[in-house]
Amino acid sequence: MKRARVAFAGALHEATPGAAPGTLRLADGRVVAEDQVVWLAPFEVGTIIALGLNYADHARELAFAAQDEPLVFLKGPGSVIGHRGRTRRPADATFMHYECELAVVIGKPARRASRAEAMSHVAGYTVANDYAIRDYLENWYRPNFRVKNRDGGTVLGPWLVDAAELAWPPQLALRTFVNGKLTQNGNTRDLVFDVPFLIEYLSAFMTLSPGDVILTGTPEGVTDVAVCDEVACEIEGIGRLVNTIAGDAEFGR
Amino acid sequence: MAAPFDLPFAFAPYRLSGTVYGVLMNHRAALAALGDAVSQPPYKAAPKAPVLYVKPRNTLVAPGVPIRIDDPAGELEVGAALGIVVGRSASRVAEADAADFIAGYTIVADCSLPHDSFYRPAIRFKARDASCAIGPAVVARADVAHPDTLGVRILVDGRPVHSASTGGTVRGVARLLSDVSEFMTLAPGDVLLAGVAPGSPRVRAGASLAIEIDGLGRLETRVVAATDEGAGR
Repeated sequence: MKRARVAFAGALHEATPGAAPGTLRLADGRVVAEDQVVWLAPFEVGTIIALGLNYADHARELAFAAQDEPLVFLKGPGSVIGHRGRTRRPADATFMHYECELAVVIGKPARRASRAEAMSHVAGYTVANDYAIRDYLENWYRPNFRVKNRDGGTVLGPWLVDAAELAWPPQLALRTFVNGKLTQNGNTRDLVFDVPFLIEYLSAFMTLSPGDVILTGTPEGVTDVAVCDEVACEIEGIGRLVNTIAGDAEFGR
Repeated sequence: MAAPFDLPFAFAPYRLSGTVYGVLMNHRAALAALGDAVSQPPYKAAPKAPVLYVKPRNTLVAPGVPIRIDDPAGELEVGAALGIVVGRSASRVAEADAADFIAGYTIVADCSLPHDSFYRPAIRFKARDASCAIGPAVVARADVAHPDTLGVRILVDGRPVHSASTGGTVRGVARLLSDVSEFMTLAPGDVLLAGVAPGSPRVRAGASLAIEIDGLGRLETRVVAATDEGAGR
């Protein structure tokens, strides 16, 4: 099953895909066009855990050697926006890039979960676009918040897809299109640290709770985006997450 | 819009969101203690923007609930921080207006496994279960006239072991809120820690711990070894 959370006609709704393409069926029975609603993140977001350098090709692209421990960072809930949202590019940025990522949503508390049982704690999956602005990189708790934890910098959606719908391990094509042009093309089978490992690793020191989400990292192919660009991150079987780059003026800057 | 979670923080009339951000090296002396290392690799330069981290919801405990350590023989580093409780949605707040966005202040015991590299986010050291105590109350901003000059004391087993101040910072409370909100909006009930002075003491399981901040009271807790099976990392 696929579920979205949307705002429509003055309230929040759970929605599922409608019978006709481009439509949504709200829980109260209404069927609406997908561009008539405001898409929110498809679940109530708890702790946001993100991985850096978790595809070997992307690590090479950034000139990093292989790691013996995952590069994990956390993000705050204020950075989250949904499908069809707009993310600001500051005028002084020279390299702002998307990162298309498989997002794994926890459904059942996990504390010291073993690799073997790790996947039983997963509720489902969605697509994440974990933006970065490289101009602001500093070497303290890198990647630092000014790079990674900006308003609108964590795009999630459109759908939460039940874990049961995906064969495991997932071998899913993951692609990003900027204004319709393919710029990033990877596959989730190339994760350096796979999802069961990450759940085992994280839950050894932090209890994972329903709504916590692991953004599993991005493959090579990150490119600079400009104001007005449409960025579509797509993962086979999970969804196509669209976002538009906004300028400072829209935010009164 | 955090997920449903059993938040232990009913500091009426204040309600914390469960989102807690800390800031590293906000005391000038903390940065100075690193000496030349600051300009050497991997850091290469002193931080320009505030160096932030998240204390995620699994770390948070209410006053009276013990702080936990996985390794019964190990040590936890105790960071004593002034917690700034955000009162209104704070985005691009001017330093001069910062007070309008602050509901009040509280005491935070931000505990970590000791670590000496600050190059990568230290999640395994700082995001551990039950490592961050908050309380005993939120004191209204109007009752804290000078948040940048408060005495901060740490007591272990009743003995004073560390004494510092909320002063001597790279960014005082108003400037910190201004610089952070330049790129990330803080929500009502979010807590922003104003930094930790250098020389944080270390404690082991069995210790009783108290933090006092002038005008904010005394946060009391204990440190206990995680009792259940298995070894932490």
